[in-house]
Amino acid sequence: MVAMDGDVDKVFKALADPGRRLLLDRLRADNGQTLGQLCEHLDMSRQAVTKHLKRLEEARLVATIWRGREKFHYLNPVPIHEIAERWIGKYERGRLRVLAELKKNLEGESDE
Amino acid sequence: MNNSRFVYVTYIRTRPEKLWQALIDPEFTRRFWNETWQDCEWKLGATWRLMIPDGRVADAGEVVEIEPQRRLVLRWRNEFMGELREEGYSRMTYEIEKKGESVKLTVIHEMERPGSKFIDAVSGGWPMILSSLKSLLETGEPLEETKRWPKGM
Repeated sequence: MVAMDGDVDKVFKALADPGRRLLLDRLRADNGQTLGQLCEHLDMSRQAVTKHLKRLEEARLVATIWRGREKFHYLNPVPIHEIAERWIGKYERGRLRVLAELKKNLEGESDE
Repeated sequence: MNNSRFVYVTYIRTRPEKLWQALIDPEFTRRFWNETWQDCEWKLGATWRLMIPDGRVADAGEVVEIEPQRRLVLRWRNEFMGELREEGYSRMTYEIEKKGESVKLTVIHEMERPGSKFIDAVSGGWPMILSSLKSLLETGEPLEETKRWPKGM
């Protein structure tokens, strides 16, 4: 299969925590932030954010690069894509997209 | 931030030389990268072009850094969509590191302008292409959705 089960476990465990999902949402909205920037608008201690980021990095949901003395964090959606591929059949993708659009329109929500 | 950048990482159970070949060899890229192939001599300063199967040039630029099986940096501009072409050149980096039984591939694509539409456009495609590359190298089969150039594009 596309990913080893140990890797998949790490992804699900990382995603199981609302604080960590919030961090991923923050990166999705503004990709490439330092620890300091991520801490700015969050109701979490710096230690908690550091710990969460470590779990997210281990699950490869967050990728980091150093530029000078600053470490930037990026949302890495590749493991989520691999999980989707595992359970979404090749011909279902189009239909699922149509359903997701329909749900969005009916509920009047926008995630953009 | 005054630039646009994304960083994608995938771990592939393969060898660096095999991954390098997959990233540049037309026979491989056609399979996991929507039938495209790269026209390039793969040396410093060489012209680089990403070719669409019907003969159009999707993107073009040049080799800025090349260290086979370890690192490749391309100067990269979209060629076939006017508003993306207007944004000018981006910089794309592949970094390849051996990690135990796997190889870590990092893709960094960046442009020195905030809110780049080009970076936004390619950032949607890379996760699918990288998942397909991983699948091809590990199982011998790419993902269905990357086997063909998208109709009407």
